[in-house]
Amino acid sequence: MFPEAFAYYAAHTLDEALDYVDQYGYDAKILAGGQSLLPLMKLRLAAPAVLIDINAVAELTGVTETDGQLHLGALTRHSTMEFGCWPQHPLVAEAAQQIADPIVRNRGTVAGSLAHADPAADWGAVLLALNARVEVRDKHQSRAMPMREFFIDTFTTALQPTEIITRVEIPAPPAFGYVGGHYYKLERKVGDFAVVGVAVTATLDQGGRVLSAGIGLSAVGTTSLKATGAEEILVGQRLTPELISEAAQVAASESSPFGDRRGSEEYKRAMVQVFVERGLLAIAEGGSRVTVHSA
Amino acid sequence: MALEATEKSPLGKAIKRKEDPRLIRGQGRYLDDIVLPRMLYMALVRSPYAHARIKSIRLDEARRVPGVKAIITGEDLAAANLAWMPTLAGDKQMVLAAGKVLFQYQEVAAVVAETRAAAEDGAQCVEVDYEPLQVVVDPFFALSSEAPVLREDREQKDNHIWHWAVGDQGAADEALAKSPVRVKEKIRMPRVHPAPIEPCGCVADYQKSTGKLTWYVTSQAPHAHRTVLSLVSGLPEHLIHVISPDVGGGFGNKVPVYPGYVCAVVLSLQLGRPVKWVESRSENIATTNFARDYHMTAEIGATEEGIVTALKVSTVADHGAFDAAADPTRFPAGLFSIVTGSYRFPQAFAEVDGVYTNKAPGGVAYRCSFRVTEASFLIERTMQSLALKLGLDPVELRRRNFIRPEEFPYNSPLGWTYDSGQYEKTLQKAMSLIDYDGLRAEQAQRRERGELVGIGVSTFTEIVGAGPSNTFDILGIKMFDSCEIRIHPTGKAIARLGTRHQGQGHETTFAQLIAHELGLSAADILVEEGDTDTAPYGLGTYASRSTPTAGGAAALAARRIRQKAQKIAAHLLEISPDDTEWDGIHFHAKGLESRQVSMVDVALAAYTNLPEGMEPGLEATFYYDPPNLTFPNGAYIAVVSIDRGTGQVKVERFVAVDDCGTVINPMVVEGQVHGGLTEGFGIAFMQEIAFDEDGNCLAPNFMEYLVPTAVETPNWETGRTETPSPHHPIGAKGVGESPNVGSPAAFVNAVVDALSPHGVTNVEIPMFPWKIWEILSQHHLAR
Repeated sequence: MFPEAFAYYAAHTLDEALDYVDQYGYDAKILAGGQSLLPLMKLRLAAPAVLIDINAVAELTGVTETDGQLHLGALTRHSTMEFGCWPQHPLVAEAAQQIADPIVRNRGTVAGSLAHADPAADWGAVLLALNARVEVRDKHQSRAMPMREFFIDTFTTALQPTEIITRVEIPAPPAFGYVGGHYYKLERKVGDFAVVGVAVTATLDQGGRVLSAGIGLSAVGTTSLKATGAEEILVGQRLTPELISEAAQVAASESSPFGDRRGSEEYKRAMVQVFVERGLLAIAEGGSRVTVHSA
Repeated sequence: MALEATEKSPLGKAIKRKEDPRLIRGQGRYLDDIVLPRMLYMALVRSPYAHARIKSIRLDEARRVPGVKAIITGEDLAAANLAWMPTLAGDKQMVLAAGKVLFQYQEVAAVVAETRAAAEDGAQCVEVDYEPLQVVVDPFFALSSEAPVLREDREQKDNHIWHWAVGDQGAADEALAKSPVRVKEKIRMPRVHPAPIEPCGCVADYQKSTGKLTWYVTSQAPHAHRTVLSLVSGLPEHLIHVISPDVGGGFGNKVPVYPGYVCAVVLSLQLGRPVKWVESRSENIATTNFARDYHMTAEIGATEEGIVTALKVSTVADHGAFDAAADPTRFPAGLFSIVTGSYRFPQAFAEVDGVYTNKAPGGVAYRCSFRVTEASFLIERTMQSLALKLGLDPVELRRRNFIRPEEFPYNSPLGWTYDSGQYEKTLQKAMSLIDYDGLRAEQAQRRERGELVGIGVSTFTEIVGAGPSNTFDILGIKMFDSCEIRIHPTGKAIARLGTRHQGQGHETTFAQLIAHELGLSAADILVEEGDTDTAPYGLGTYASRSTPTAGGAAALAARRIRQKAQKIAAHLLEISPDDTEWDGIHFHAKGLESRQVSMVDVALAAYTNLPEGMEPGLEATFYYDPPNLTFPNGAYIAVVSIDRGTGQVKVERFVAVDDCGTVINPMVVEGQVHGGLTEGFGIAFMQEIAFDEDGNCLAPNFMEYLVPTAVETPNWETGRTETPSPHHPIGAKGVGESPNVGSPAAFVNAVVDALSPHGVTNVEIPMFPWKIWEILSQHHLAR
């Protein structure tokens, strides 16, 4: 349980961190929360020659909200999302509190989880459902992309070796609606990675019609997935049991799980269906209990 | 409410554990806390293959790693005649691979270095060239003629280790044939691992100048380990000092001797410096002793009224690459013959075949007395099947077949003499606590609503306290246990026992027991275990044997002290010993209670004012050879509901009523029961060491080997009946393992009960949600 030898650099500014990644590229790993990286190193499954610690980079901290849009600095910890109060984004806190355990949530970061790109991680599904964007930069320029373009494959993202994630942006939901959001995580025990994770969010107008919908899936593909087909079915419709059932079936067909010791392919696909259905039913029920006032 | 240790007459009282202030403040001293001057660290090179020939081992690069001091391989050990070591089961086991490896993660070389990190760097640089061989994972295939012979070192050229049978096969077959009702069930208890929070490790400290080896080791049985080490190494036993410091859980995992221990000793002998070896979590789970791995078939015969007539059991026991079980020598399948359970079977027959496969060696009794969990699970599951077949409530079936209180001592058809029990009363108590009849009515209503709700019953009997020396030994050493008590002049005392607690609370419970016998308080007695230079010889703590054996020794040592104390008291009272009476706290003159002296007065007199001619001091040692085993029992009832969408099982309620005879400390018993139930829950729902077809261990860490936390653990409701053991000095039976033995069947029976209206009679453990969902899916119950 001792890592192989490595060089360690602590950056104090973003520019300094970018200089390091520019210099070391493929040989370097960014150390943010370290909750995936350090266990891998201790098991000697990962052996980066250089660690660049960005924990002291103040520019990468903090969450701000402007007009309902959330801007997460790259060092935003899971626990910040767990305890933050953003009523327009109910999915965020519900999902954050299901990540690993409190110790991991206090250290682990949202952006670090995205960069690691484990398809069973929770943020991928959640941020896909929320149509989030990721902002990255290298020494010379910054660029932003939707979550869908960020994940390439298992443990592989669009992030270049010389780039750092700087920000995650969660867009505001449509105005004047009831926002519902739920994250269902089937885990074998507390702290486990998801056997199947399903993030469901929808905004309903006062008539109960879906203004926008988001469905993200964990652990049922080579990356976190967005069930766009199911989302499309919902928009503009009322959440009737028949529609919910149809959307759940479509979401299940959009997943492509692998069978393993956590369950067969068939089981996991069925769980996507069960959880999408449960999530949408809960949103429909929540929406029926509130009156949405238009301005 | 918890009481302080200063309470007088403390037996049976809920006294706070004396060890807790130390342990919960982080002031325990565990193996890895030990740091000695000039200490080196050892790491092991392990095989990635489950079965392979070793073509070559290259050490050049590893030797160049800064800090590496020495490396040993199987060849080096062979030169010292230490390549193999005996297992406690009478087999032998490679210390470091001799020519081939037989399981994944097997020990191949040991690297010792100035730091732990350097030792690991060195181990990583050892280059081993393997030639993979055909892997045998399935024990049934292992028995077939097509299987390669794994243990080429044996004269016997197959993978069959031993055949063990008990009971009258002919009579059992005949009784079965005549029985109008028969049920047959195939039941598997998968391979699990005790997974104590503290893994195994040792510090071997050999001083060349004195020739003395001090061996700090995570041991449940330090004296036995001293003897084994002496036999293996040839070191004189009086020059081996074994110290088992605070132990962070054992559950059977710290009974055997492991290759890492032997390597650390060899390297310390070679280098004359202390060598520390501490396993990683993965090394612990993947290589040290597993438990269970029994493939069982049971058949019960019964009358149409549900009176059992015969039981027949056959079992294949997968021992992995070496039979490294820690069973008493004459019992290769442990006490599996307790398989007739709490029921009056007129005829029974059980047989077990031990088999080698390419898996880590074992298997130990994981929080159970030698294979008793397997036996209990088998009979309690099969009784459920019989109840289903007869259409009888499982409670009613059990009542019709219980051994009745007046039938004790009861001679079982497989050779045991049960000491005592009130099975009906214990079951009744559990039923009252859970409102069994109300539950059944509620279940019927919920079933109407489409809910899947089940109630599971397990009324088990354990067999613990090994054991009587005429039957029980390990490598020839009789399984008695011991206690030495010394009373100091001020009336305080130290007691040392041959056992070694790992969380059981001996520092409190044995102090209570001794204090009760001597009229002192538990605070007055310091209990010390685990140091072979000071403690009397004993066989250690496992198989719920401490209270039945060492506890008996403690009571009888205390009574031996009281005999001498009575003479001293008489001297102080200026009366004859025959006119002196003991009332539990004082000695007084018969018929004149005001004329009294306490044990404190006597203690002082033992060193200052003795009767003429009496030897000074006040101490005694007792080696207790129990006349029989003890038979704790219990009635457990589980209530579960199943999520028809996901297959997740929720344990809604669980009532456990245990009868462990006389209770020394009800709070400690309660703690033991909670812990054991939690482990039983883990085994029923979460834990399995599985392998792929190449022999790769699929659960070598806590990410895959799922141990329940407080979040998963159900709420336990407990109760007790108290039927003393007639032969134990204080009537105690032992309790540490009952909850782990009795609970798995209750969980499975509850799940089967939930599904039985749909034709389900068996569910294999661990009952993962996906497994339940597949059953739901097959029976069109999933939604």
